[in-house]
Amino acid sequence: MLVNHLSKGFKLPHQRYSTLKERALHPFSRSGSETLNALHDVTFGVESGEFFGIVGRNGSGKSTLLKCLAGIYGVDRGSIEIHGRVSPFIELGVGFNPDLTARDNVVINAIMLGLTRREARRRFDEIIAFAELEDFVDLKLKNYSSGMAVRLGFSVAIQVDAELVLIDEVLAVGDAAFQRKCFDEFERMRAKGRTILFVTHDMAAVERFCDRAMLLERGRILEIGPPDEIALRYNEVNFRRAISEGSLPAGLLGGEARVRSVWCENDRGERIVIQQRADRCTVVLEIVVSKALENPVFAVVFRNDVRHTIFVATSLLSGHTGRFEPGEQVTVRFSFENRLAPRRYTLTPTIGIWDPEYRQLDQREDLAALIVEAPMQSGGVVDLPTEVQVTRA
Amino acid sequence: MSVQVGPSRYRGPSAIGDDLRRLGNLTFVLAATDFKLRFFGSALGYLWTLMRPLLLFGVLYVVFTEVVRFGGGIEHYPVYLLMSIVMFTYFGEATNRGVTSLIERENLLRKVRFPRLVIPLSVALHALFNLGLNLVAVFIFVLASGIAPRVEWLELLPLVALLVLFATGVTMLLSALYVRYRDMQPIWEVVLQILFYASPVIYVTSTYPDGIEREAMANPITAVLTQARHALIDPSAPTAADAIGGTARLLIPLFVVAAVFALGFWVFTREAPRIAEEL
Repeated sequence: MLVNHLSKGFKLPHQRYSTLKERALHPFSRSGSETLNALHDVTFGVESGEFFGIVGRNGSGKSTLLKCLAGIYGVDRGSIEIHGRVSPFIELGVGFNPDLTARDNVVINAIMLGLTRREARRRFDEIIAFAELEDFVDLKLKNYSSGMAVRLGFSVAIQVDAELVLIDEVLAVGDAAFQRKCFDEFERMRAKGRTILFVTHDMAAVERFCDRAMLLERGRILEIGPPDEIALRYNEVNFRRAISEGSLPAGLLGGEARVRSVWCENDRGERIVIQQRADRCTVVLEIVVSKALENPVFAVVFRNDVRHTIFVATSLLSGHTGRFEPGEQVTVRFSFENRLAPRRYTLTPTIGIWDPEYRQLDQREDLAALIVEAPMQSGGVVDLPTEVQVTRA
Repeated sequence: MSVQVGPSRYRGPSAIGDDLRRLGNLTFVLAATDFKLRFFGSALGYLWTLMRPLLLFGVLYVVFTEVVRFGGGIEHYPVYLLMSIVMFTYFGEATNRGVTSLIERENLLRKVRFPRLVIPLSVALHALFNLGLNLVAVFIFVLASGIAPRVEWLELLPLVALLVLFATGVTMLLSALYVRYRDMQPIWEVVLQILFYASPVIYVTSTYPDGIEREAMANPITAVLTQARHALIDPSAPTAADAIGGTARLLIPLFVVAAVFALGFWVFTREAPRIAEEL
């Protein structure tokens, strides 16, 4: 599959004339219209048999891209070349009707997705078996839980004979076991040479299942590459936004020393965005020094998703850092046992100096992110290793 | 099989698509589903489709035979009244629901690639299912009022087909326009009211004042009802050809149907690729 310089815009009139009266009253007044470039000069290729993830913030053009690929939207400029059939849908369970039974819905949905009526009936048992909903075949869909409905939708969708399968947010619902099953099914489809393109916000899924991924931002491709790098970049892009909104004016900071980047590593030295609780975590801070500095303080502030500062990895407590000459590139590593509660954290690197009062040299709000995972939540902000002793009187 | 979108610019999904079987399958499934859903959870089920024209018939019958004392001179007036109501109900239902059909299927249109024509066609087909059921009631009335079956009854098939073509043409046109102009719906409701009284539903063709009878026959519904009366109910009633003044002139209502259908198809095909974006 090849996408060449694809562009797609939507006209957004400032005032939309949607009634005849308005049009008759203002026949000549052209309301100015803006073109929203949902996709701008997007070029990429996907090999057959590849599992390709598309990530990006809300409104970055992911779904529009998928709709263009599925042929639901026309394209303004550029071309799409696809060898093989494309699944005609981008979402699971489209057209499901809550007032009909699962049996009826499956047949309707299957026909919607391109099967003939006979095929739909023939594959019915298979579909229900995959969804594990044999006991609920004659239950109206409105009595299904959302997870069950998604299972049903997915089971129908995989019956479609298409070499290129497009899926928008498949993992939003459905329990862990079924998600696992979905991805096993994807593996099988891939083994048959089918190509899967999927849009998600779930970086963990991208890292676990994709061969490659693409990061979109405001309708442009920011990066295409291995899933772990894209996941990292996604978090950077997602959290960097805060810098422009809430940090000090440019020029004041970064003149004497500048933060280049910050990231987390595991104990094998691999870059990570997600970590299991209690694993060893190393925060790496890269700095460029442009003026001679005596004993600067390096720190990385960990804030949780409600913006509370939970932990500061800092050189302040461990004494002097030494003297740095202009032009020096410095890498600082903070290593600690990760006892943070399972949540999402943003990392704000900062450099400061005592001169004689404390003065900040550079700070980058929310430059990176770390997600801590654990099977259980304790409810606290940190989970310190605790020995429990229960005694009875 | 290889699908190539481009390099010539891809404008969007077409009205008909490249697979007529898919068009047919989808149209049928959507129509059948709607038909089924209509009566889900209602105690009387599909009897309700029957009840609506029957109730309207009852009201009009009482008004025009007991209050206004109209229809006395018309052979089998009650049967004609029921038949014309049933046929007009088809036209009204198909077009009225047709206007908003694309908006109502927004979810489907935005998420699945399929021939856009499926939507208006399924509306017309759904209404046709109802017409079929209602015609059963008409035939029961016809037989009950002592009219003997004749071969001419078969004329009803091409007549209904003509009505379906007309309704489908209007539905394609209005549904495509409604996406851009939301006032199509109230306008069409009024037009439908006018058509109801302009067509020989509660009266018969010969009731028209002499001067306008032929002009009124340009309305395809008038032509269909006139011929249906002749074929089904009263062989002595004028045929459509009689009413319009010559067989050759029948081309006029036929032309109207063809023109509306062609216009509707043209507008719909033109709009189809962008429907998903403009909803």
